[in-house]
This record gives sequence, C-alpha cells and structure tokens, in this order.
Amino acid sequence: MTATIEPEVGKSRRRKEDERLITGRTRWTDNITLPGMLHMAVLRSPFAHAKIVSIDTSAAKNAPGVVAVFTATDLDPDSSIGMPCAWPITPDMKAPRRPVLAADQVNFAGEGVAVVVARSSAEAHDALEEIDVEYDELPVILDMEAAIADGAPLVHEDQGSNTSAVWKFDSAEAGTGSNVEDAISSSEIVVKRRFRQQRLIPAFMEPRACVVDPTGAQTTMWSATQVPHILRVMAALTLGIPEHKLRVIAPDVGGGFGGKIGVLPEEMMSLLVAQKLGKPVKWNESRSETMLAAHHGRDQIQDITISANADGTVTGLKVELLANLGAYNGLVGTGVPILGAFMFNAIYKFPAYHFACTNVYTTTTLTDAYRGAGRPEATFAIERIMDELADELGMDPLELREKNWIKHEEFPFTTVCGLTYDSGNYEAATEKAKQLFDYDGLRAEQERRRASKDKVQLGLGISTFTEMCGLAPSRVLGSLDYGAGGWEHAAIRMLPTGKVEVITGASAHGQGHETAWSQIVADQLGVAFEDIEVIHGDTQSSHKGMDTYGSRSLVVGGIAVVKAAEKVVAKAKPIAAHLLECAEEDLEFAGGKFTVKGTDTSTTMGDVALAVFAAHNLPDGVEPSLDSDATFDPENFSYPHGTHLCAAEVDTETGRVKLRSYVCVDDVGVAVNPLIVEGQVHGGLAQGIAQALFEGTVHDESGTLTTGTFADYLLPSAVDLPSFTTDRTETPSTTNPLGAKGVGEAGTIASTPAVVNAVIDAVRQFGVNDIEMPLTPMRVWHAIRYGTTDAGGPGNEAGGGLGSIDATGGAL
Amino acid sequence: MRITVTVDGTNYTDEVEPRTLLVHYLRERIGKVGTVVGCDTSNCGACTVHLDGHSVKSCSVLAVQADGSEVTTVEGLSRDGQLHPVQKAFHENHALQCGFCTPGMIMQSIDLLADNPDPDEQAVREGLEGNLCRCTGYQNIVRAVRDAAQHMSPGAGPDAERITETKHVGVGGD
Ligand code: FES
Ligand code: FES
Repeated sequence: MTATIEPEVGKSRRRKEDERLITGRTRWTDNITLPGMLHMAVLRSPFAHAKIVSIDTSAAKNAPGVVAVFTATDLDPDSSIGMPCAWPITPDMKAPRRPVLAADQVNFAGEGVAVVVARSSAEAHDALEEIDVEYDELPVILDMEAAIADGAPLVHEDQGSNTSAVWKFDSAEAGTGSNVEDAISSSEIVVKRRFRQQRLIPAFMEPRACVVDPTGAQTTMWSATQVPHILRVMAALTLGIPEHKLRVIAPDVGGGFGGKIGVLPEEMMSLLVAQKLGKPVKWNESRSETMLAAHHGRDQIQDITISANADGTVTGLKVELLANLGAYNGLVGTGVPILGAFMFNAIYKFPAYHFACTNVYTTTTLTDAYRGAGRPEATFAIERIMDELADELGMDPLELREKNWIKHEEFPFTTVCGLTYDSGNYEAATEKAKQLFDYDGLRAEQERRRASKDKVQLGLGISTFTEMCGLAPSRVLGSLDYGAGGWEHAAIRMLPTGKVEVITGASAHGQGHETAWSQIVADQLGVAFEDIEVIHGDTQSSHKGMDTYGSRSLVVGGIAVVKAAEKVVAKAKPIAAHLLECAEEDLEFAGGKFTVKGTDTSTTMGDVALAVFAAHNLPDGVEPSLDSDATFDPENFSYPHGTHLCAAEVDTETGRVKLRSYVCVDDVGVAVNPLIVEGQVHGGLAQGIAQALFEGTVHDESGTLTTGTFADYLLPSAVDLPSFTTDRTETPSTTNPLGAKGVGEAGTIASTPAVVNAVIDAVRQFGVNDIEMPLTPMRVWHAIRYGTTDAGGPGNEAGGGLGSIDATGGAL
Repeated sequence: MRITVTVDGTNYTDEVEPRTLLVHYLRERIGKVGTVVGCDTSNCGACTVHLDGHSVKSCSVLAVQADGSEVTTVEGLSRDGQLHPVQKAFHENHALQCGFCTPGMIMQSIDLLADNPDPDEQAVREGLEGNLCRCTGYQNIVRAVRDAAQHMSPGAGPDAERITETKHVGVGGD
C-alpha cells in the first residue's frame, strides 16, 4: 500500500469515470438486454385536455409481435395507484390523483393512455398506431392568470379550482424583519416589475429509460434516474411491492439537471407490466417523448416590488409569484417556488420581506425541479430589479449592490428569511471579477460606442448571487412539510489487502463522485487514490441514500464519507496499538500510518486491515472488522456565492446578441477537485445563458408543444457559446469539516440575470427596461425599435423580425 | 436484405429489414452499444460514427446503405490498449461529464481534425455544431480537440491505424 503524503483534496485529478465513457464501455440503461426481454411503448394523448370516450385495442393486440396491450382499466383496475407527490406545501393543497395511465380524462398533451408490449421496440411502436381512442375535447387552459380567474374552466373538475395552494412568508409575522407594506409606503423610491420565467426543458442528453426484470427472487429495475433510493421507496409505497423484494439500479446516467428526479408513471407501468407478464420489459423513450412527457422547469410569473431610500439603501422587498405546476403535482415541483422563497433577498441585508406564491394547474406537462430549482428564478428577479432600481436612482449597479450586501465582517449573518449564512466574502469575489473583466475599460468603451452611435452597442451585466446548497437539514425540510429527510449515507469497507470500497448514497449522473470521493477517502485514510473504488447507484450495494440533486452530494454525501472514514480510523486504532504493543493514547495517525509518538515505530492501515482479516491477534473483545458506515444530517445549508460579469454586444439593426466576454468568480468554499468545479461551472453557465438567449417552450392554442424536438427547441451548440473566464475565491464553509459549499447549480443561477442585464444595459438608451426571455433577435430588435417588451412567444423570432432589418436604421 | 459490413475491423454479414437504421443495427444486432441515440431528428450527434472514414450520424443512415462499407465506432478507436489521442485529450481536459454525448463528440472531433489538423477555437466550435452536449458548456471539449491536434501527426486521418501517438495513458492518474 502506498501512503499518500500530498493531500488529494484540492488536486485537479483527472476523473476515474472517464475511461469507460470515452471508450464506449458504458452501462446506459438502454444497453441492458435480458433473455426474453419485451419492449414497452406508450400511446400518448395528442390533446391537452379531453375526456376519453373509448379505447379500442383489438387491432393492436393482433399486430405483429405484440404480446399485450394495457389500458388504465387493465393495469390498475381499482384506480388505486396515484403517482406520489413528496411535498404537500400547505395542509389544504389540492392533490389531484395522477394515474399511471389516464383512465377517463387526459390533462396534458403527452399523457399516457395505453401501453403496448411487443417482442421488439419497432413492433411496439408500430402497434401504437393501431389503437383507436375516441376523445371528447375539453377547454385548454394554458395561461396561469386566466386559469385562476373567476369562472375559468377547470383542469380537474373535482378539485373546484385551478389554484393548488397559496404559500406565504412574511418577515414581520415570522419575526425576522419588519413590515414590507410600511417600508413601501414610507420609502423615497419604489420600483415594480413583472418578470417571466419561461418554461424550459431540462434536456439531459440520455432520454429516460427503464428495464424491469421480475424473474429473480427480487424484482430488479434499472432506470436512468437521479434518485434510485427514492424511486425504490416510492415504488414500494405506490405499488405495494414489498421494499425488500425490489432492487433499483441507476447505472451510468446521461445527465439529469433535476429532470430525472421524478418518479415516473412509465417506471410504474414497466413494473406493473413486467410483473403481470412475468418477463423482463424495457421502456426507452424517444427524444420527442422526452420533450413532451418528461417534466419541464421554471414557468413563473414574478411580480416584484422593491423600495429604497434615495441613497440606495433597500428598505423592503415584496414578491408575488404565480407558479405553473402543469396538470399535476410532480414529486417535488410543488415546493420548487418555496426553495426560491428563501433566496429572493440573495446576498443583501433587506429589513422587510414578503413572499407569496400561488401554485396553478394548467393543461400542460408538469413542471418540477430543474437545475437550481427555485433559486435561479429568485436570483433572476432580484438581480434584474436591482439593476432597475440602480437606473431609477442614477447609480452604478455595482455600487448599489455594494451598498446593500452583507459585509465580510458581518458573517455569520441571519437574513430576513431566517437563514444563517455561515461565511462569504462578496467583496473579494467582486473585486477579482472586476479585475479579470476589465470593468472600467469596458465601461469606457461603452461610452465611446454610445457617443458614436455605433450600430453595435455594448452592455455590461452584473449578477451577484448566493444559494443554499446541501439539501438539507432534515428538521428544516420537516418545517417546510417536505416528506423526507435530507441526510446522506456512506459506508467504507476496508478490504484485507488494504484497498478500499466506498459506498455512497449520492447516486451520480456525471458529477464525478467516483473521483471526488476517492480524493476525500485518500486523505482521510492515507490510502492511494487508485486503491479506492466508489460504489453507487444500486440499492443492493448502496442500501441507503437520498441521491443527487440540489448540489447536495459533496456537502452532505461527501461529509458522510468523512464521518465513515473517521469511524474506520477509530476502529483501527486499538488494533494498531495492540500490534505495536503500545497504549492507544501514544499513537498518532497520519498519511495512512499509525506511529508511536516520538518514535519511528509504525504500522499502516493496510497492515491493520490484514491483521483484521486474519483475526489471529486482535485485542480481546474487538470485532474483527474495520467496516464502518455513517449517516450525516447537516446542521445548516452551505452558501456558495459569486460575482458574474457579462459583456454583450447587441447589433441594434438585427437584434442579435453576441456575448463578448463572460467572467465569473465563484466561491464554492474548499474545492475538492478544481477541475471538476470548473467543468460544473462551465456547464451551468451554458444552461443559464441558454435560458437568457435561446430556450423556451411554445404551445399553440390547442395546447400542442410546438417546440417538441431539438430542431425547434434551441439547445445551444458549441458555436452559440463563448469561452468563459472562470476563477474562484475560497471562503471555507464553517458548517462542515471539508469547508465545501457545492457548485452544481451556481453557473445556472447567476448567468441568466448577468446576460439579460448586459443586454438591457446595451439598449437602455433606447428606452428599454425589460425584454422577455429568451432574448431572441426578434424580441431585442422589437424592444429597440419600440422601446417596449414584446410579449410574443419564442416561436416569433424565426426570422420574422430579421426581414425588417433595413427599416430599423432610422429608429436609432 | 443481406448486408456485409466491417465494423471496428470485424466483418459481419446479416439479414436486416430495409428500414433498420445503422445505429440500431450497430447497437441491437451486433452489440456495439458504445454508440448511443439521443434524438429522433438527427440534431444531437450522439450517434456519430465513421462510415468509410468520414463521420455520419448513424441515426440518419440505413443499415443497407452501409453494405460493403467500413464502420468505425468509438469502441474501435483504441488499439492494443492505447487510447486514440482524441480520447486521451478528452480525458485530460475534462471534456466530459455524464459522457452521453462523448462517443459522438469524439468521432466528430476526429473527423474535423482530419479536415483541419490545426483548427482555431472558432473552427472547432463550427466543426462540432451538429453535436449537442448538455453538461460541459463545450469549453473543455474545444480545448481537448485543440490539444489533440497538437498530438496528432499532420494529416492523420480518422483511420485510427494512422495515429502516431503510442504512449499509453492510464485513466485516473493526474
Ligand atoms: S441520435 Fe443521431 S443525431 Fe441524435
Ligand atoms: S457530457 Fe453530458 S451531454 Fe456531454
């Protein structure tokens, strides 16, 4: 065994995961083929809202290769199975049952109506065409405000309203701050804005899939899921499968971003079908199905009021949201706006805060967690309105932020929402970002371009942010009525040869846990990085866990690994003392070695492991095992932060936006692997910039998703994005032993407002103070031309405005 | 229909339905599951392979069109346990996260380097336009392709046999 001297934590280790991924030896769910395996395909409703009058499956049953066809009545005769929602945000929240297959009524286009099981996937899909469904159309409900107006048609007639729940927080009532109405009425300046968070599609690259094998002693399910542990519990509770009879495996998973957090009706269908037929069944969706039926993200209308004194000191913030749930409650979608509720005050010392959110049902695909889940929406609103306030005050937007942010020496700081930020240094991150960006130089260039009436104008966008990572202290989740805890589990098995197996409940889908966890354990146990194997994503080997979402893996799961390693050392110590014939107190442990203090007599962790294996010579009464496990429940969230600066060039004749430079300095506390941190930031930036500039769903008036493929929904490619300048400051978190804070969502959270602020800054001179996202050339051009927000859908941009390029010259 | 195809150096003769796509033939018939499917509109590039030395999206080619041809997939790139320089560069530059786009990205990158052995950043970005990645933001992919260019001989084509790089690189080390 090699003892590691140089610390592993902090090293830019190349990833262990890569070898299989770059050579094509990956285990994706769709790669799994079992003897006698059948294929399942789902017939989906073309209508957004309709009664199902009849379903005729007789022709499909006789189609080539078809083994069985099921409708709701066949699959769930008692109508007893409803898809779970883990977050009843209020006691009176409406809970319409989401059936596995629609029985009497469909409530969004894409909802499953029947399934075909056939020998091949092609035959199953062919047979879908043979099913004859008669629908009776109901009114389509797409607009949230119309949905909650008096007399509106209802998505679920039996619920009596399209308002699912109203959730409020008020700082005066909570005793965490003063009264917002008083602040607004007594302040020198009040700015009000309405922002829209358009609906986004998470668009992980691997479509969803699952394989169910009911033929063993246990039923085994492979799924392209973020949450194998939660899926197992939920499947057991939903379908009544005894939990010990179900094993869930998330093999290699091709991205998630929150989009694979749901427990899927298709997963439940596959389980039911496989058990009924007694044969392995695979379900593998097409991209078009993913776009239509996998959950969407964002989709909020945000009414924001901010009040301030003339010197720029903010006195109050009032937030009123409408959040579109889609047709049903997702697993955690109901709580997404609530996660955001605690982040609207961001890095600022606001004295008064009021938040109210109305969750609304519409006849659309459901929404649920999407990278950042609630925090990007909140950060967007506050960072946009800070710019608007700065403009009203005639202040530099950066100066306004400095005036209101929590100063370095004020940490720990309890915010108006009652959260205690443990550490942070907004000054340091901002200063570094300004230097890298050449803030002053770019401001000077902006002035020159304005003065010369250049056709390409320059805008500078700022976004500072913080977020709460490490979801979450279980008691906090409990106080928010979330249905589960926020702990994470880890176990360490010391093998006789001194090698180590680490088991983690945080199931990865691209984040590099195998590498980062190896680095952590290498330091903790003094075992070589290469001698450590990390096992995850299988409820049999990793039997406990809360999985990966909300940037929780490292700051909860990674700490569980630390705790388990500490227990290994504690178990090894008396054995090492026995082997060295000294008192335990005389031993010190470092770099994988137990050394008798003041001597060079030592033994290694590997020697102890071998001695435990032999068990010939152990102290009396000592269990021959070094294996340990730990469950870690964080005391507090962690609060990464950062300053993002964007320079955007706007062609005032075409409305086209080009990102000239993008600089961000993130403080994620101690970076276990800076290479992985940088990669996460890059990917996050791409996703946040895409919200600002490219992505957004469009439905036609019949409720059909017209952006239902990668041809219509503009996922940015390499040519659409610039290279980013990323850097870090390091203010360790004080609430966990690694000092880590989490990074998975930072880039996404901060970049959207940075980009939009930059574009608005470029065109503010034309009277523009808002443009709805995504900022397509058509919308930007329209705003420049008319000085107003264009409320048209993203579909509008398809060249329509560009035809009028020539006409715009005069307007400038 | 009966087709004969060489895939990663092995000959296969099979009976296929005329509608069978090359990607499905590769994955389902001969077990080359390293090549994956990400979309149904030929937009994502996840399924990119080389057909007679040039990159194609194997979801937009029929298996019968590959009759008599040579196909290289990501599984056929490394030889004698040695990674292709592009594979190595992806690893060293952290150009992948979930890795789902990676086989297609690597195959497309090799083709783009065959056309332009020393591309600048913009040329790499344009050359990869047909391949989507949701995880990396592309920056490290661009870096990897330019890095690989430095390690490949001028004019080294997509044929892995002609790669001059021979040093074995273990994965997982620094
Ligand atoms: S699967 Fe071939 S391009 Fe997407
Ligand atoms: S690495 Fe995940 S899609 Fe590219």
